[in-house]
Amino acid sequence: MSIILDKVNHIYSPGTAYQIQALADINLKIEDGQFIGIIGHTGSGKSTLIQHLNGLMKATSGSIYFHGKDIYDEDFDLRELRNRVGLVFQYPEHQLFETTIFDDVCFGPKNQGLTKEEAGLRAFEALRNVGMPEELYYQSPFDLSGGQKRRVAIAGVLAMKPEVLILDEPTAGLDPAGRDEILDLVARMHRERGITVILVSHSMEDVAKYVERIVVMNRGSVMYDGTPKEVFRHYKELEEVGLAAPQVTYLMNELKAYGLQVNTDATTIAEARASLLEALTGIDSQKNDFHR
Amino acid sequence: MGIIKAKKLVHEYIRRDEEGNVESIQTALDHVDLDVEQGQFIAILGHNGSGKSTLAKHINALLMPTEGSLWVNGMDVSEEQNVLPVRQTAGMVFQNPDNQIIASVVEEDVGFGPENIGVPTEEIWQRVEESLKSVGMLEYRTHSPNKLSGGQKQRVAIAGVVAMQPKCIVFDEPTAMLDPNGRKEVIRTAHELSRKKGVTVILITHYMEEVVDADRVIVMDQGKVVMQGTSREIFSQVGKLKEYRLDVPQVTILADLLRQSGLDIPVGVLTREELVEHILRIAQVD
Repeated sequence: MSIILDKVNHIYSPGTAYQIQALADINLKIEDGQFIGIIGHTGSGKSTLIQHLNGLMKATSGSIYFHGKDIYDEDFDLRELRNRVGLVFQYPEHQLFETTIFDDVCFGPKNQGLTKEEAGLRAFEALRNVGMPEELYYQSPFDLSGGQKRRVAIAGVLAMKPEVLILDEPTAGLDPAGRDEILDLVARMHRERGITVILVSHSMEDVAKYVERIVVMNRGSVMYDGTPKEVFRHYKELEEVGLAAPQVTYLMNELKAYGLQVNTDATTIAEARASLLEALTGIDSQKNDFHR
Repeated sequence: MGIIKAKKLVHEYIRRDEEGNVESIQTALDHVDLDVEQGQFIAILGHNGSGKSTLAKHINALLMPTEGSLWVNGMDVSEEQNVLPVRQTAGMVFQNPDNQIIASVVEEDVGFGPENIGVPTEEIWQRVEESLKSVGMLEYRTHSPNKLSGGQKQRVAIAGVVAMQPKCIVFDEPTAMLDPNGRKEVIRTAHELSRKKGVTVILITHYMEEVVDADRVIVMDQGKVVMQGTSREIFSQVGKLKEYRLDVPQVTILADLLRQSGLDIPVGVLTREELVEHILRIAQVD
């Protein structure tokens, strides 16, 4: 089991007038190789939560175990944790600073203690994995498009070969094509490398399409934890806390309420289409066959 | 002439090396024509790099045309003496709320604009109150902007522009950094400004669901206007929209797929409600 959170609490500015309980009694088990989506409204605690997973923030109370070891133990090496749990912040391109893309991606591995050559090999591999064309490797990061910069920033984390990859809103500010690029890349990393991937997102449609498990955060607590279909069944409650199910989920539920025998578990366009054709075929697929 | 008019507008970004020699030229706007009437709600759709933000920045004279012309309320933006009046006529709301808020108290931030254009003090406070009310943020007037959500911050930024009473407001991807609720808030505010105050609104976005209620939708690609029409006309062309890398709403794609499979569903389905109606109609045929 990769990471276990046991009764984790986090309070910002404790004892002051600005005290806020950002995480309240979080219990979560993250298994190796899972592809998890974390969704929640602004202020729900999701960014706070993921920063606990690589030890960037410390729990006010409760325990966190990485492969069975307590990360708050004196002997536990937090730096090692950060090598194995990679975190890509929102707008990661803001972290780019080197004069060339290549050097920027080498930065992480170098800090892990690798030699210049080893770091270089990692950089090549990572940049290839994110689909950056070789002719751009020695360009300044600031000359790239937004989507390209983002891929370089992700390469910078991938070059450290983390076991767990956490991405905080990796598609924020990207256009649809840019978004598809990044999510397809992440999905590919998960499929080909078997790394555990945790994706924080606002977009329900994206999350439904890619992840196998969704954790819904609301006001610092875990509200739901299950497969996309299980979670989106609660679309009414999700709406009450400022979230939404994919458009097609609403559609199918509305049609069901009108008596149509459709699959209300559909969360993707393909599923909705299949279910609708099945429900309506025999009624309209042949124009001359109106009566059953 | 409408309040905004562009004729064969060209903008080139020229990159020079250290010695000033031209390294590369990027044509961001390629002979764009545009005509917007006062009071309209126009949406400009396009993927990143399509030229939509470059166009937006000409409207309030942040950028100058390389060739061609753009007039705001009859004023040619490339004439230096017009720059300030143009900016008073066309206000702008940008993508990142944090980049637009400068004061530590909401009402002071909203007052900043009117103060800078020389509005008398008493009138400033009147405008601050009215504009905060128009965006639904009056109860936060003495709050610190730091503690607000993204959607709330954007609404404060909008109030700051509204307080200067421009005839036209350009929203450059105002919801790109917001969560679903925040996005709804901002778009609703933009529509209310248009409906209740007669402000000309130009909404630049790549989210198609935000343009459903626009008077006219313009689609840009590679610096050119490639599609123009009502939202229904635009939504009818799912294939083209995907080619132009736009985010077609799930129900529109679904409706199109069902139509292609033989179901009697018209092109250009805009909303879930419409699709439900069509499906129920088909289901009850016998």
